Amino acid sequence: MKNTIISLKNITVSYDGEQVLGGFDLDIHDGEFVTLLGPSGCGKTTVLRTIAGFIRPDAGDVFFYDKNITALPPHRREVNTIFQKYALFPHLNVYENIAFGMRLKRRGEKEIRRTVQEMLAMVNLTGYAHRGIGQLSGGQQQRVAIARALANEPKVLLLDEPLGALDLKLRKDMQAELKKIQQCTGITFVFVTHDQEEALSMSDTVVVMDGGVIQQIGSPTDIYNEPKNAFVADFIGESNILDGIMLEDYSVKFAGHSFRCLDSGFGKNTPVDVVIRPEDIKVVEPDATRIVGDVTAVTFKGVHYEIIVDVAGFKWMIQSTEGRLVGDHIGLALTPNDIHVMEKSEYSGVFGDYSTFSDEMDEDRNNPGGAKTFYEPEILGESGISHGSGTRVGSGISHGPGTQGEPGISCEPGTDDRFEAPDAAGTEEEEDGNEI
Amino acid sequence: MKSNSKLLSAPYTVWMTVFIVLPMLLVGYFAFTDKSGAFTLENMMSVGQYSNVFLRSIWLGAVATVVSLVLGYPLAYIIAKMNAKRQNVMVMLVMLPMWMNFLLRTYAWMTLLEDNGLINSALAAVGLPRVHMINTAGAVVLGMVYNYIPYMILPLYSVLTKIDESVIQAAQDLGANGRQVFLKVVVPLSMPGVISGVTMVFVPAVSTFIISKMLGGGGNLLIGDLIDMQFLGSAYNPNLGSAVSLVLMVIILICMGIMNQFDDGEVNEKGGMLL
Amino acid sequence: MKKAGGRIYTFLIFLFLYAPILVLIVFSFNDTDTGSRSVWGGFSLRWYRKLFEDRLILEALRNTLLIAVVAAVVSTVLGTVAAIGINGMKRLPKRIMMNITNFPMVNPEIVTGVSLMLLFVSAVRVFGGRSLGMGSLFAAHITFCLPYVILSVLPKLRQMDPNLYEAAQDLGCPPVKAFFKVVLPEIMPGIVTGMIMAFTLSIDDFVISYFTSGTTQTLPIYIYSMTRKRISPEINALSTVMFGAVMVLLVIVNVRNGKDRGKPSQKEV
Repeated sequence: MKNTIISLKNITVSYDGEQVLGGFDLDIHDGEFVTLLGPSGCGKTTVLRTIAGFIRPDAGDVFFYDKNITALPPHRREVNTIFQKYALFPHLNVYENIAFGMRLKRRGEKEIRRTVQEMLAMVNLTGYAHRGIGQLSGGQQQRVAIARALANEPKVLLLDEPLGALDLKLRKDMQAELKKIQQCTGITFVFVTHDQEEALSMSDTVVVMDGGVIQQIGSPTDIYNEPKNAFVADFIGESNILDGIMLEDYSVKFAGHSFRCLDSGFGKNTPVDVVIRPEDIKVVEPDATRIVGDVTAVTFKGVHYEIIVDVAGFKWMIQSTEGRLVGDHIGLALTPNDIHVMEKSEYSGVFGDYSTFSDEMDEDRNNPGGAKTFYEPEILGESGISHGSGTRVGSGISHGPGTQGEPGISCEPGTDDRFEAPDAAGTEEEEDGNEI
Repeated sequence: MKSNSKLLSAPYTVWMTVFIVLPMLLVGYFAFTDKSGAFTLENMMSVGQYSNVFLRSIWLGAVATVVSLVLGYPLAYIIAKMNAKRQNVMVMLVMLPMWMNFLLRTYAWMTLLEDNGLINSALAAVGLPRVHMINTAGAVVLGMVYNYIPYMILPLYSVLTKIDESVIQAAQDLGANGRQVFLKVVVPLSMPGVISGVTMVFVPAVSTFIISKMLGGGGNLLIGDLIDMQFLGSAYNPNLGSAVSLVLMVIILICMGIMNQFDDGEVNEKGGMLL
Repeated sequence: MKKAGGRIYTFLIFLFLYAPILVLIVFSFNDTDTGSRSVWGGFSLRWYRKLFEDRLILEALRNTLLIAVVAAVVSTVLGTVAAIGINGMKRLPKRIMMNITNFPMVNPEIVTGVSLMLLFVSAVRVFGGRSLGMGSLFAAHITFCLPYVILSVLPKLRQMDPNLYEAAQDLGCPPVKAFFKVVLPEIMPGIVTGMIMAFTLSIDDFVISYFTSGTTQTLPIYIYSMTRKRISPEINALSTVMFGAVMVLLVIVNVRNGKDRGKPSQKEV
């Protein structure tokens, strides 16, 4: 791929004697949209702040284009940060906020004015230059924060859960806009989030973290389709995770039967974890398949039904467009494509079946010791949307020109009539903002 | 609760009318009448004779305010940067002297500054010449700073601790070094504290009469002394005293108006941060 | 390096703040016949003995405490009731009331003092009656304490969920009872803060008392007359006793606050 722009080598960080990162390594490539994804407390924000320079690691080095910048203070690094709560300067108006970095560099007034106007057009806030920060809605403040960081022409933009404070609809819009900005500018984005759907739909590369350790790095499709361990499988979408034994290459035994699969290289008779995504399972007549069970719960989710099936004591979750009744005796059919085999890890057995699953038990899932401790409420709250299927993920990344028609971020400010209606967009924003 | 709210505040309204509004009207009445009660502008005219007293009061008050700001700001900043537990202790230590009666605090300086006071005794003991300190303008300013500097430090501290750490980090992130962060972010964001600190020091400093009496001797007459003399002193003349009080009040209100204007302008232009 | 500079600076400022008080305290134990305030003549408690034999001081202390208690109680009751009334007002009357409330806090103390003096003197002249004394001191102290009570109760009322009072009534509580059961506990921290402030302001006040006391002595007025006479380390002994009392009070308050962390912040005094 491209050059490595940021390289973290053997980073160790502790707070109050508690180690958050230990021997952490990560390479980030030029022009990439990288997302650090993980539950709160997994160390993702610490990684970001180490790159920004707000944290001096106890050990290890940070490289920027092969130059060691570990000791460089934040104001001398060519990276900029979008803070979680934007951190706009309350004593300055929109214009001066955006001009802040350029004024420090003693740029000419003409250049500053041009750049500010460009940035405002890019984030669709033309005409807002002389507003005070207090007069902006949350979404607008977010855009100013983006403009302020980009006006500084960073080589890398660090985003610390920037969409966390926005409501759902606004968050979706901003996701698309951020992605577009990244593609227009070609700046490397390092994005931190705990929202798996956000990570999958925006990133070129997703880094899944837990407990200060990288669990898996890969493209969104890889991460979703080929999770490396039970943690990744469970954190990214819903999954049924079963104990299995790899009998030999392309043959795995679980749920009391052996199945053909596409995986190999595990050795003979090796214990493994088997992941089966709920949307991959086909519901068939009991006599047409080897896995049969009784329906114990059915929840209508809009796009599909969520059906919990008891198969010899193990509760499977199935997502199906056809509803079933509780008590139905049904069969579950799988193709080799649906079976994902993973090596056993420390997470094996932590994530079991869906026997304790219920929509009302969201809070319970956050209890320590509960099987689904790692979920955060927001993810569950939009479960209907977040169970992205493989195809959804593909289109969400929006590499193609198909999404260019949406109003919002413009690559060439002022050249297109569509983007000349910031006021309309603004009022809409304001309404959104008031609801927050 | 809301229906009979007017009744609830009625006693207070009556009280404040009798003890705040009416006395102020009386001050106005006395200022514009002579001893027989006839209308006259003579009192107001003769205030002009004391313009040097007014100028001295304003000058000394302003000097004391600036000194308090210059000395107090760094301390407030240092305290605001400490950890929470030490902050509480420090704030407590700043406030503690205020709990001692302010006459006693001023008296303490008398014993230090006298010609044969402690400082001069110490100077003499090491063979240095004695310095005349008491009954000078400098002693008055010192007394003002000593008595009122906590009123400068506390509002500054409370504004400085409220500055969001992430805003400072954002400035660093955008390329500001330590000095630039301080000048471009910390100082402007602490302006509300500066303004209330300046007001809280300047108003009592300009109208004091104890400090000048105890530390300034006869040669440093201030507005407060002038008023005191007309009401309880040798020059008994409540009409002139009222006129002087009225002028003092107007001066203070104008000063505060200017300060607030400055403050408001900041807010309107730069986006309602006080709201 | 930078840190050491900060430490030295902090130390110097605190030295400036505390050295005079320390000198005052040390010399209260000075054994001297001349009453010198700068020559150390050995340790003695004679000034304390003299202090506690001084009937005038004890009377002044009694007056001060009596005035402070009356002023604190009356201004707290009157101010709390008024704050509830003001909180329910419409915008314009509210603004007028707030301006009247803020006025004595902005106005120089000495002007408030002489204006009240004019009022009392005029009242005596018009209605007859006794000259200035305890009565005028009570009125004056209640007057300058009231705004502080109102300004510490009002924010609590504003923070309170307006539905609380309605919810209590909805559950069958009659209005007056609902007020005592629901509203009062909610605003209690503000009331207590206001009362403590009123009490301490009253005890400490000199300027307004000076103009409204007539011949009645309060402690600050007595201290003033002592400093005018420039005599006797008795005043040092008095300072030490008062400082000690304040210290003890603060320690008690802090220990209590340490237990329930809801410390009322003392800003904008």
